[in-house]
Amino acid sequence: MNKRVAVAGVIALVWVARVLAQATPPAAKPDGVGSVHVWPVQRNIYALFGPGGNSTVSIGDEGVLVVDTMTAEAAPDLVASIRTISNKPIRWIVNTHSHRDHTGGNPVVAKSGVYVATGNTRGGGGASILSFESALMRLNGSANSPDKVPEGGWPTDSFFVKQKDMFFNGEPVLTIHVPNAHTDGDAIVFFRRSDVIAAGDVFTPDRYPVIDLNEGGSINGLIAGLNLLIELAVPEFNEEGGTIIIPGHGRVCDESDVGDYRDMVTIVRDRIQDLVAKKMTLEQVKAARPTFDYDGVYASPTYTGDMFVEAVYRSLTAASNPAQRSTSR
Amino acid sequence: MNAKRASQLVAVVTMWFVVATAIPAFAQVDFSGGWGARLHEDNLERGGGPEMNEFEGLPINAADRMRGDSWSASLWTVPEHQCIPHPADYGPNFSQLVMWSDVDPVTKDVIAWHTELSWMNPVRTIWMDGRPHPPAWAPHTWQGFSTGKWEGDMLTVETTHLKPAYVRRNGLARSEKATVREHFIRNGDILTIVTIVNDPVYLTEPYIKSRNFQLDPGYHMTPYPCSVDVEIDRPAGEIPHYLPGANPFISEAAAKHKMPLEPARGGAETMYPEYMERMKTLPTATMPAQPAASGSAQTAPAQPPANAGTPARGRER
Repeated sequence: MNKRVAVAGVIALVWVARVLAQATPPAAKPDGVGSVHVWPVQRNIYALFGPGGNSTVSIGDEGVLVVDTMTAEAAPDLVASIRTISNKPIRWIVNTHSHRDHTGGNPVVAKSGVYVATGNTRGGGGASILSFESALMRLNGSANSPDKVPEGGWPTDSFFVKQKDMFFNGEPVLTIHVPNAHTDGDAIVFFRRSDVIAAGDVFTPDRYPVIDLNEGGSINGLIAGLNLLIELAVPEFNEEGGTIIIPGHGRVCDESDVGDYRDMVTIVRDRIQDLVAKKMTLEQVKAARPTFDYDGVYASPTYTGDMFVEAVYRSLTAASNPAQRSTSR
Repeated sequence: MNAKRASQLVAVVTMWFVVATAIPAFAQVDFSGGWGARLHEDNLERGGGPEMNEFEGLPINAADRMRGDSWSASLWTVPEHQCIPHPADYGPNFSQLVMWSDVDPVTKDVIAWHTELSWMNPVRTIWMDGRPHPPAWAPHTWQGFSTGKWEGDMLTVETTHLKPAYVRRNGLARSEKATVREHFIRNGDILTIVTIVNDPVYLTEPYIKSRNFQLDPGYHMTPYPCSVDVEIDRPAGEIPHYLPGANPFISEAAAKHKMPLEPARGGAETMYPEYMERMKTLPTATMPAQPAASGSAQTAPAQPPANAGTPARGRER
């Protein structure tokens, strides 16, 4: 009898275990700290999402490289989130441009890192900070700009040519200047072995592109930047995967996502260019609603279709843009 | 409690669990195998596909109509567009289908169903293990992220995280904000997939369609490698499209089929039988005065001013 009881008990336990197994979904992985969320991209690279712009992080034996540092308020959470994926020192910060939602965290993140001497740099104990020259000028106050950050967040290294190369965490890291796009100080960061590109605000798939005309941005430079991303990216299969692109704002993307966005920006540019050629005023162009079919996807209360139209119109009708020096490496 | 009573109690508990858990187990239907597409519905979505500006029977809004009017078939020649597979909500329209499952080796539960379509070989996963959908910042794919559950004998699938694609492959867009609910229903050797697309951006009502497949045990999926080749040497950075008001094809399909123009412009009202009465009151569309020659391209975009940035470079691959 006892044997029969035991057998029946085992059967019951198996069914209980089965029911529990069916009712319990796979456990979610921890994904950051506070307002910042971590998403593993591929190989060495993680994307971090939070208030302000996205951050891209390379981790490895040499330490941590951070592309963009979100806002000043989010920086403590950003550092704490980085600590959930690496205990190595933060060695480098790369700023894709000077806007505060991408650089506000520079002082906090830099201070939490460790200086690595790399030639003619300022140094100072924290992580080194790299940006394009015009972004440096705005961040340190040399140029009149609202982007200025406290001294601890100033770039320690800058470049004024087409591209700045490094080798970090076992792979080439190419910081490539994109002339006159979102601003005149844009750079994208290509992690060549991991096959990931941090695009900054040259690519923002959750909104219309912001073209900061006051800081040298232009619609045609932005389209050129999007086409550059497409040139660098190679999909794995069915126009999907392969090179992954982390935008300045919005979700993780690949080449087809950039292509879809590039199509939209180009088509809107062409429509407005056609209306400009017909001598229409800005108000007439707005009334023609050249973004009507895309507003449901890209417009937001803080950056409407009309605001994008105005930026494109003014960019296309501007007298001239600042000359670029980024002609050599 | 003596041994006999204990045995009876355990037996009752065991029976309760058997009954409680056996119903969904018996309800699970096996979809494994090859399935041949039965082309019974919506001929527009088959083979060569719809004609330009043929939007009838779709609950599109004015914004999507503008997307469709702007679209040029030459867009498919742009390298980034050449190897795009149909998305999960369009692919079952005509492709052959193979389905298989992943089974947990211990519990024997189905962890996931997979589908593969013959055109471009897109493989899709339908998770059955109760996992949550990814966060908003996760990648989007052509097949999206799908989770399934049994409702009686019917597998109901919810899909999010789709890449932006199309409601119809003549330029009518479906946004990445869309979600899709599907019902997989097997009756003997016939599989019916009901697809319900909800798109808050481009649709005014859910777009519902059903597709039938017949079991084809001998079906062998063939590879569909896609090679990107530049065959049209167009100016760098040019994206084929029609400027507003410049599309010469808007009335062509309607005129060709001797129907009024209004239904060809689409909209939810064109889905319903009562719209047939209204159609009888509308004049037949006329051919455009100068139909564009076959293969003609879109209106060329205006040239950007020389001082407005570096021109985009094209690419060959």
